[in-house]
Amino acid sequence: MQPTITRRSFLKGTITAACSIATSSSIAKAAAGLENGQPIATLLDISKCVGCQECVYACRDVNATKYPKPQKPFPKMYPNGVKAEDWSDKTDVIDRLTPYNWLYIQSATVEIDGEQKELTIPRRCMHCSNPPCVKLCPWGAAVQLDNGISRIEADICLGGAKCQTVCPWLIPQRQTGVGLYLDILPAFAGNGVMYKCDRCYSRITKGEIPACIEACPEDVQTIGPRDEILKQAHELAKSMNGYIYGENENGGTNTIYVSPVPFDKLNSVIEKGKGKPHLAAVKDSMETGNKLAMAMILAPVAGVVGAAMKFYSINKNDD
Amino acid sequence: MRFYERVIKYFYIVIITFLTLTGFGQMPIFKRYRIADIPGLGWLAEFYITHAMHYIFASFLIALSVYLFFDHIFIGRKERKVTPTGYVKGVMILGLIITGGLMVFKNLSGILYYPIAISILDLSHLILCMALLFYSIFTLITAKRWTIK
Repeated sequence: MQPTITRRSFLKGTITAACSIATSSSIAKAAAGLENGQPIATLLDISKCVGCQECVYACRDVNATKYPKPQKPFPKMYPNGVKAEDWSDKTDVIDRLTPYNWLYIQSATVEIDGEQKELTIPRRCMHCSNPPCVKLCPWGAAVQLDNGISRIEADICLGGAKCQTVCPWLIPQRQTGVGLYLDILPAFAGNGVMYKCDRCYSRITKGEIPACIEACPEDVQTIGPRDEILKQAHELAKSMNGYIYGENENGGTNTIYVSPVPFDKLNSVIEKGKGKPHLAAVKDSMETGNKLAMAMILAPVAGVVGAAMKFYSINKNDD
Repeated sequence: MRFYERVIKYFYIVIITFLTLTGFGQMPIFKRYRIADIPGLGWLAEFYITHAMHYIFASFLIALSVYLFFDHIFIGRKERKVTPTGYVKGVMILGLIITGGLMVFKNLSGILYYPIAISILDLSHLILCMALLFYSIFTLITAKRWTIK
C-alpha cells in the first residue's frame, strides 16, 4: 500500500522538522537573547575561577581589531590642564581595565571555613539593565542593544569620558589621539574614544558565545536569558550558602556574580582604584531622573489647571 | 508692564537660564574649561545633579508654556496679538519640549532607540537651544516682543 500524506501528517512532519532546527539553533538564540525578547545575562561563579587569565587573553585576541590605533603626536588641547590619556605604549597591562584590556582578574584573599583562600574574580563591564553610560551620553555614542548589551561606538565617541564619570564602577577607559574628535575641533572638544567590554556583540549576533566564556577551562561563566540566569544564580547561591552581586546593583545588571563570601567582605580586600572597579552595593543611578520624568507628566496638567483657574477667576469677577 | 506679566517674564528668564546651564552641563565641558572650579559652580560638573535639575526646570517650562498657551487661547487673544517673534520663539520652545521629551522617554528603563535617532535628537535639541539663545539675544537688542496689544 502506498503511503499517503495526509494534511495532518504533513503538518506533523513539518512541525517536527522545524522543532529539530529550532533545537539545534537554541543555543544561538539563547545567546542572542531572542527567544523571549528579553536581555541576556551572564552568571559568574567566583568559587570556580582559578585566575588562569584564559578569559583575559581570549578577550584580547578577539577584540584586538577594535583596539585604538592613535595618531601621534596628539593634538594640543586647550585649556592647558586637559590631559591626554595614552595607553598605546602599555598595551600589555592586564592587571586593570584599559582601552586595550576590557577584562581583568581581580583577586581577594579571604577566610573561608577558617582557612585563608584566594578568590579570583573576572571583572569587566556589568552591562546594566538601564545603563547610565548609554542613557546619559550626550552624543549618542553609547548604545544599548535589545539583548541588553551596552557598547560604545568608536566611530562616534568623542572621548569626553562622561560615561566613565556616570558609571558606578567607572568602567569605560579613554585613549587619546583617536576617533571623531580629531576631525572636528581636536584642540577644544573631545579627547579620544572610550573603550569597554561589548560582550562580543558581533559574535553573539552570529550565534557564538563571548570569547571569555568560550575560553574558560573551569566553566566559570554561563550565559542565557536574564530570568533563567537569575534563577540559576539563586540556586547556586543557595547550594553554596553564598551571595549574589549584580542582580539589584544600579537597578539591576546583566552580569551576576555568585560568591561563597559576602561581597562587602570581598570589596574590603580587593584592590580598587582607576581601572579597578569595586564590589560595593550600588543604588540605581537613574532612579532620581526616572522619578522626575514621571513627575514631568504632571507639568502640562499644572499648566492647564493654572490657566483654567485664571479663566474662572476672571469670569467670576465679571459676573 | 503689569506685575503679573513681570512675574511671568522673570520666571521664564530663570527657567531658561537654568535649563541652558544644566543642558550644557550634560556635556563634559564645565570641568574641562574649569568653570566648575569657580566657587559656587562646582555643581555644574556633577552630571546627576545637572540631569535632575534639567528635568525639574523642564517641568517648569512645560507647565509655563501650557499655561501661557491656554491663557492666550481663552483670555489673552482678546487683548493682545502674537507677533512673528512670538511665533518663532514658540515653535523653538515646542521643538525643545518635543525633542527633550523624547530623550526623557529614552532614558527610562527598557526603552531603546536606534543609535542614529539618539544622535539626531541630541543634535536637534542642542541646535534648537542655540537658535533660541541667539534669537533671544537678537530680540533683546532689537526690543522685539512676543505679543503686542
